Amino acid sequence: MTESILRLDAICKSYNVGTPVETEVLHGITLALMQSEFVALKGPSGSGKSTLLNIIGLLERATAGTLEIAGQATQLQDDAALTAMRGRTIGFVFQFHHLLPAFSALENVLLPSIIAHGTVTEPSEANAMELLRRVGLQGSEYKRPGELSGGMQQRVAIARSLSLMPRLILADEPTGNLDTVSANEVFGLLREFNHDHGSACLIVTHDPGLAARCDRAIELVDGRLVHL
Amino acid sequence: MPFELLVALRFLREGRMQSLLILAGVTGGVAVIIFLTQLINQLQSTIIDRVMGSQAHVVIRPLEETTQRVLEPNADRAVAATVQPRTQRLRSVDQWERVADLATATPGVLAVSPVVSGPAFAARGGTSKSVVMMGVQPEAYKRVVRMDDYMTRGRFDVTGTRALIGIDLALDLGLAVGDKLRVTSATGRSETLEIVGLFDMGNRELNRRWVFVTLKLAQTLLDLPGGVSNIDLTVIELFGASTVADTLRMQTGLTVESWMQTNSGLLNALSNQTVSNNLIRSFVVIIVALGISSVLVVSVVQKQREIGILRAMGAQRGRIMAIFLLQGGLVGLVGSVLGSVLAYGLLVLFSHVFKSPDGSAMFAAQLDPLLVALASVVACGVGLAAAVVPARSAARMDPVQAIRT
Repeated sequence: MTESILRLDAICKSYNVGTPVETEVLHGITLALMQSEFVALKGPSGSGKSTLLNIIGLLERATAGTLEIAGQATQLQDDAALTAMRGRTIGFVFQFHHLLPAFSALENVLLPSIIAHGTVTEPSEANAMELLRRVGLQGSEYKRPGELSGGMQQRVAIARSLSLMPRLILADEPTGNLDTVSANEVFGLLREFNHDHGSACLIVTHDPGLAARCDRAIELVDGRLVHL
Repeated sequence: MPFELLVALRFLREGRMQSLLILAGVTGGVAVIIFLTQLINQLQSTIIDRVMGSQAHVVIRPLEETTQRVLEPNADRAVAATVQPRTQRLRSVDQWERVADLATATPGVLAVSPVVSGPAFAARGGTSKSVVMMGVQPEAYKRVVRMDDYMTRGRFDVTGTRALIGIDLALDLGLAVGDKLRVTSATGRSETLEIVGLFDMGNRELNRRWVFVTLKLAQTLLDLPGGVSNIDLTVIELFGASTVADTLRMQTGLTVESWMQTNSGLLNALSNQTVSNNLIRSFVVIIVALGISSVLVVSVVQKQREIGILRAMGAQRGRIMAIFLLQGGLVGLVGSVLGSVLAYGLLVLFSHVFKSPDGSAMFAAQLDPLLVALASVVACGVGLAAAVVPARSAARMDPVQAIRT
């Protein structure tokens, strides 16, 4: 049986806890993601998709429930331990790419490795060049994000998320801001890396066509999970 | 390059205008501090040098003569008496050779010179002037007062009845080198002196009054055979003069005065000047710190999204904090280098602008390396300290909120 990389059990998330305006946005989410799985997360706006992704990405804490990443429970870990786990295990692709404008494409891809190792190493630079080549950005390594098109920026963001070969990739509407051709390219790249490296991928998308190309799709409706 | 330094440099480069403005602020602050300190230190040392140039650092004299009551009043006995202060006649320092030896052996003393000084009249033709006879051993006295520097004619050396006078006394009495001068002491003894040199000590009063002769001649004229009226000392550390004076006073029981006691007005003025300099420096430091801090606070707000992304990629809070601390420190470091260069430029410029009445520069365009090092350390420290508040707020930022911004 394949090992699960991600396991959520009865995850709840409330805001303004203890105040009269306390709002629960996630109601007991239970979910498991196997290694190498490529899963689409759908749902209307405000259904709690980004909150769920932030909790899985260890950027936010759940109010209740348990979350395990690569077999490690996360509830009792402190911020430093969660940050370390995030850097080591999880790669993020955001909707608006979120590249650092002061750094070149190559440096943006190198950043996770620089954070992990403290400085640029020769193997990590070679790896970053290779990743940029694979996302089709050979020749644009030293360009700043401002000099690249939206699709190219998102491809840099994908290369960055793969820089440390994470076991889990979380992509929050990575194609939401792109035209159809670029969206297809970006999706294709994520699928390719998932296939080649076995990284599990949870991808938030509104596009039913893309969702259909995933191993499976789940849907969040009013903070509850619906398996499709 | 380490991650924190790389990001700090990029952030500074990205906010170019802000970085340049704050760098200009730090540069100006460091330049003002170095320039002012260097200027005031040099002016103070020039003033001290000019004042001390004609003075001994420490002078040992006999105790003043006092009148003792025959009967002291007490609880049982009232005494009706008029107590008159005694006149202070010229007296010798008791066993002055031993006192001089003791002074020579005292730590911190550089040179010791016995002096016989007392009043006399100098007469030529029908004119007579009141003068101070200074009996010295030239070699010893030169180590206390730099007489060689003040000689305008001849050398600072006296033998037999040869004498040295100031240029103003020479003018008053129409004397030149080689001329004769008759001096008469208060005790009525007189001698004809041959002028072998003229001096200019930069002080008209001294130039008009001092007549240097041999120790022996002064002893004879002033009726102080074998004695000296005072022992003049030079100390190694100028501001340690009062400590040396205290030590010698305790050891000898004589009157021992340091230049700091005889020039207390000057010392007060110098210390007031130092206090105002310190105040100015403190205000500059505070203003520079506020400037750095405010720019970094704005930078943290502007870089929220980047901070959130770095945190999402696994950068710990401490490293985010280090990025902003480094920015403060770097601004301080670069500002201190530029500020030192600017301070040197200002010193060069102003040393050409401000001149002493005699045309010489009021101060030299010199940078004290220790002062530059100290200013650099302070600037870096202030930069780091000013960055603490913004750096902490950056480190505490919630990555989710930061990315959403």
